[in-house]
Amino acid sequence: MFKLEARPQPSRWMSMLSPLLALAVTVLIGVGLFMLLGKDPLRGLQIFFVEPVKSLYALSELSIKATPLILIALGLAVCFRSNVWNIGAEGQFVVGALVAGWVAMQAGPQLAWMGRGVVVAILLAGVLGGMAWAAIVALLRDRFNANEILVSLMLVYVAEMLLSYLVYGPWKDPQGYNFPQTITFLPETRIPRLAGGLRAHIGTLIALAAVGAFWVFLFRTYRGFALQVGGLAPLAARYAGFSSRSALWTALLLSGGMAGLAGALEAAGPLGQLTPHVPAGYGFAAIIVAYVGRLHPLGIVFSGVLMSMFYIGGELAQSRLALPKSLTGVFQGLLLFTLLACDTLIHYRLRWQRRAAPDAADATATAKGA
Amino acid sequence: MTADLRLELTGISKQYPAVRANDRVNPRVKPGEIHAVLGENGAGKSTLMKIIYGAVQPDEGEIRWNGQPVTVTSPAQARRLGISMVYQHFSLFDTLTAAENVWLGLDKSLALSEVTRRIVEVAHNYGLDIEPQRPVHTLSVGERQRVEIVRALLTDPQLLILDEPTSVLTPQAVDKLFVTLRLLAERGCSILYISHKLDEIRALCHHCTVLRGGRVTGEVDPTRESNASLSRLMIGAEPPQLQQRAHQAGAVVLKVDGLSLQRQDAFGIDLHDIGFEVRAGEIVGVAGVSGNGQQELMAALSGEDTRAAPAAITLFGQPIGDRSPRRRRREGLHFIPEERLGRGAVPTLSLAQNTLLTRTEAVSRGGWVDTDRVRRMAQDIIARFNVRGGGVDSSARSLSGGNLQKFLVGREISADPKLLIVSQPTWGVDVGAAAQIRGELLKLRDAGCALLVVSEELDELFELADRLLVIAKGRVSPSVPVAQASIEQIGAWMSGLWSTATVGT
Repeated sequence: MFKLEARPQPSRWMSMLSPLLALAVTVLIGVGLFMLLGKDPLRGLQIFFVEPVKSLYALSELSIKATPLILIALGLAVCFRSNVWNIGAEGQFVVGALVAGWVAMQAGPQLAWMGRGVVVAILLAGVLGGMAWAAIVALLRDRFNANEILVSLMLVYVAEMLLSYLVYGPWKDPQGYNFPQTITFLPETRIPRLAGGLRAHIGTLIALAAVGAFWVFLFRTYRGFALQVGGLAPLAARYAGFSSRSALWTALLLSGGMAGLAGALEAAGPLGQLTPHVPAGYGFAAIIVAYVGRLHPLGIVFSGVLMSMFYIGGELAQSRLALPKSLTGVFQGLLLFTLLACDTLIHYRLRWQRRAAPDAADATATAKGA
Repeated sequence: MTADLRLELTGISKQYPAVRANDRVNPRVKPGEIHAVLGENGAGKSTLMKIIYGAVQPDEGEIRWNGQPVTVTSPAQARRLGISMVYQHFSLFDTLTAAENVWLGLDKSLALSEVTRRIVEVAHNYGLDIEPQRPVHTLSVGERQRVEIVRALLTDPQLLILDEPTSVLTPQAVDKLFVTLRLLAERGCSILYISHKLDEIRALCHHCTVLRGGRVTGEVDPTRESNASLSRLMIGAEPPQLQQRAHQAGAVVLKVDGLSLQRQDAFGIDLHDIGFEVRAGEIVGVAGVSGNGQQELMAALSGEDTRAAPAAITLFGQPIGDRSPRRRRREGLHFIPEERLGRGAVPTLSLAQNTLLTRTEAVSRGGWVDTDRVRRMAQDIIARFNVRGGGVDSSARSLSGGNLQKFLVGREISADPKLLIVSQPTWGVDVGAAAQIRGELLKLRDAGCALLVVSEELDELFELADRLLVIAKGRVSPSVPVAQASIEQIGAWMSGLWSTATVGT
């Protein structure tokens, strides 16, 4: 039988290989899944892994999904590295979209002097909105020691309620046939596109720039170092004199701001108006993106693209194979699940052993004994 | 006939992923013998004990118990055979009474009152005074150890294993423990006594097995050996002798005056009206049994705890009681904590990154880190302080205790501190590294730095310090020059007994 044996050193090699291994296992399970559903597995894999990168148009659609995922995941990576568990990026995304949408709706003759500059104002508004929403979490944690996991998650639902209230109520388009949606934003407020005819917009460039900025922040600044020490060894951070309060605020404001920016890009980009469908699950999927990318900015680019392929593949599977769209969620979940399993191999290795070792249970049982 | 032996091991080997912890080890223990197992940290003592106690299975070799070959598969089975063990770190529940703690480890059919009666009986027989009804958190460390020993004795063991039993005791408590152990041995119980303290082994034990790097390097009668000869067996060489020179104390660097602090957690210690001074060019040693306020005092001095009144701690006359560790470091106060992994260093980060924890020379004003310079600094520390076991990129966790401590000491010393505070400088460090670290501390003193050294090892303090203080129950004794101090006096002070009339030096 196989036995798990602790490695003397965590394997560096394995920590890079583990996401690829997880992907391979996910694909294998996917093949089994397609076969069970009575579909041609090759066709299924093709839809998930070839179709999304087949043409310029497909790549453009891929970038629209990947951009918010990467932006949010970058912020979350800093959070998770500093041991702050913000899982409410979805809410910060929604509030960012709300505030950005409000600015976009003000555009008109009185803001004409800004020209296309209004886009900058919209994006800034999104960042501030996301930050403000995350600041509530930071404040409650700092002041009352409230659990940031629960608070940030709960605030997602509050943000969604707020969105519903606004689009069903005060912000509803008077000429919108009573649909729950705002007016369509004016053309000058729309995020500039990369090329005519494609939906891909400059948000993709912003995301790539952010990847570089976050890499520099994490690995070349003292502040970034201090944040990570706080996450890895709180006592060492205290010994060094790094404030845990400032780490909490920095991490939450940074990740809130990034989620808000993604929300602004989404609202003023592909959506062009606010509807109850602004929350598309990017905030939650980005948690998986951050982990599969090893909380590393470059890794997040790859995992962000991969997760987008699942999104698009799920939609294609629905239209071409008549499979439910929830297949996307199944694949995303599988990937995270297999990654967590594969990560065991970073600290342990498999060893073939002829007989079962009887002492393992005893050793743990007696640690307290004597 | 081998039945004369209580325990006989033949060719015991145990391989761990990175090290061969035991390599064909074969100690034999006679009935009623106090058998020392001597070795440095990492020599394989603990593994050997765990094998005998059934917590670890050997890869090869045979164990004979009273002449019969046995396989000890679990500590429960070891106890059934008559083997008991007292661990270095106690496993007692603080909120339960001593009797309840003992009861937990026993046959469940016994009533608590019966257990209490037997505790009193056993304690009386062996001169171990304990009160079974007291909750464990009210007991001193020595008393807790007695509870552990009584718990072990209630099973009527034929072999008692003690792992570094004296590391937490005052000298007086050590003497008391030895009386009990001798009594036990006289009544036929064999004792395996694990230690690295040469004096104790020579005073107590009948036979000594010396381990080095997993192998037996000597089987000797410790009463006929000298410290030097034992140490040669243990480390392969004699530790270098330290050069103690007369020191010239300069101006006052650190002054603590009227420092009082409430404990922060339930099992901490309140600090009461602490006052002392440390001058440039002298080493002040702080003796005391662990858990008497050392942790709390260190946190207040290092800046990890900034609740102190600003003027209660002054550095060169500047009040610093409420300053952060970074501000204090900027003024020249450096601190080396006793927990190396997780506090003094981040386990998963490289040595280069760990340099950045307390050294900011490579950080620009804007907060940018010059990583090349950080690596060079780490490289310098590694070279200057002879840190072995990896380069600047190896993780702090991968180093041995001694080498990591050399790195941490080097990191702070090379920052040219004006005041260096060190907690347990050689705790868990092998003899060679310990000697090197002590030498570095003395060199730093001769260069005019003020040093405050907290240690539980009196020998170390007598070797290093110019003046000694004792901390007990959150109070600090007056200081005495080492030349005028005796182990007996300091030992008595460690129980909190000093005349308060002279406090305030």
